[in-house]
Amino acid sequence: MKRIAILAPAALAAALGAGPAAAKDWTKVTIATEGAYEPWNYVLPDGKLAGFEIDLAHDLCRVMKVECAIVQNDWDGMIPALNAGKFDAIMAGMSITAKRLQVIDFSRSYASGPSGFLVPKAGDLAKLPGTGEILAMGTDEAKAKPVIDGMRAMLKGKSIGVQVATIQAAFVHHHFDDVATVQEYKTADQNDLDLMAGRLDASFAEESVQLSTLAKPDAKDLAIVGAEFRGGPDLGDGTGVGLRKNEPELKAMFDRAIAAEIADGSLKKLQDKWFKLDMMPPG
Amino acid sequence: MIDLAFMGDTAQALLKGLPLTLELFGVSALAGLVLAVLIAWMRSGGRVLRGLAGAYVFVFRGTPLLVQLFLVYYGLSQFPEVRHSFAWPFLRDPFWCAVLTLSLNTGAYTSEIIRGALAAVPAGQVEAARACGMPAALLFRRIIAPVALRQALPSYATELILMTKATSLASIVTLKETMFVAARINSETYRAIEVFLCAGAIYLALNVVLARAIALLEWWLSPHLRRPPDALPGLDTPLDRAVGLEGPRLSGAPRP
Repeated sequence: MKRIAILAPAALAAALGAGPAAAKDWTKVTIATEGAYEPWNYVLPDGKLAGFEIDLAHDLCRVMKVECAIVQNDWDGMIPALNAGKFDAIMAGMSITAKRLQVIDFSRSYASGPSGFLVPKAGDLAKLPGTGEILAMGTDEAKAKPVIDGMRAMLKGKSIGVQVATIQAAFVHHHFDDVATVQEYKTADQNDLDLMAGRLDASFAEESVQLSTLAKPDAKDLAIVGAEFRGGPDLGDGTGVGLRKNEPELKAMFDRAIAAEIADGSLKKLQDKWFKLDMMPPG
Repeated sequence: MIDLAFMGDTAQALLKGLPLTLELFGVSALAGLVLAVLIAWMRSGGRVLRGLAGAYVFVFRGTPLLVQLFLVYYGLSQFPEVRHSFAWPFLRDPFWCAVLTLSLNTGAYTSEIIRGALAAVPAGQVEAARACGMPAALLFRRIIAPVALRQALPSYATELILMTKATSLASIVTLKETMFVAARINSETYRAIEVFLCAGAIYLALNVVLARAIALLEWWLSPHLRRPPDALPGLDTPLDRAVGLEGPRLSGAPRP
């Protein structure tokens, strides 16, 4: 009896811990996406998923020679669900940040784009400083400071919408929390709806997403204004595939597949199709 | 596995959302009650009034609160007519949208509780009062209202408890109430167990207080159901014991 009692936890640990981590032969990978982040990932009227990441996921799976299942999951429960084993990878426009790296792993980046303000054309925020500029927060800090100060002055007392738990939310909280009201939405769509309804004075989001908002007829009175930002502690180093920490094989598979897609130009082709914007990851 | 220090911090952060939760609950419960009384009154009225009230109850009891909240918050704001109307300053604000939806929802349920309670007043008592020549107002005040109120309280307590929990839906229209804070901490720390245990405990505590308060009200309103006191033998206790027919018994022994 005693021996069994001692051995049982060891066997359990072996089954739980070593099991999935020990050179697992991946034949099927379940990838989660949000389905509410056009053009990265969204749901077509007939209920099918579409977008840059859906196409890319199928491409990557083909390169990795695995069967691919794409599932939808709520944005704010994405990381806990990954760690709980509900799926194996996240491809949902999720940026690589230090905070997320504490709990999950990321593949190398497959896209990197700037974020900026979307405002009503007629409002007084239409003259936010720096329109047309893209400032890198990590390296251009000196150039960014006066621009952000100018924005702070104009945003005083205004409301800014962001999607909850995004790099953009972190950036806005960091720089504008004390002057403006920050409203947090569960999805980017809800944020857009409130901007169009006039409940918000501005929304801060990824430019690629704003461009697809602007393509909708309801958004004809909106415009992207002011300097755009990328990099730094809040905005991170681009978007990657989110993976559990204990699965280096899967990470290596995704890294290799993304590198292959970059090398043969198919990633660039997909980005041109979906973004109409330079979103190639650095390096 | 559960980090107590983190739970303490989380509880403190969540309590910052509690005033808004209470405000949502209080304003909506009050407005809902007024609405419910009005609807219950309409249901005893003419055909048109009865039809309108019935349709309202049918719609608001038959659809999910979440759908109603989305329609009021995101739906109404799609129409330029609404955005340029007198109601916009009110509907622009997520707080009032949430209050409006919650009151309409609880109003529908509560009106049914009131209707049921009124229907449960024994017809014999009403007839007896009429036979004594009681005017309608007095009949309502002395007979119908007291009986119906006692009848309605247990169900109304349940409705209020459901309402407390329903306020958590307001988090999806950007209101920074308890559940919103919980969802945000969870999405920043990914520690679902600690965060939602804390949030659950807060709602539980709220509902314990609420349930006890209503139980007290019920007790106060129902003296006839209370255990008679032992202190005054011969006055309140049954005759057989007051006159000692049982013979001597130890004080504190169980009653038959």
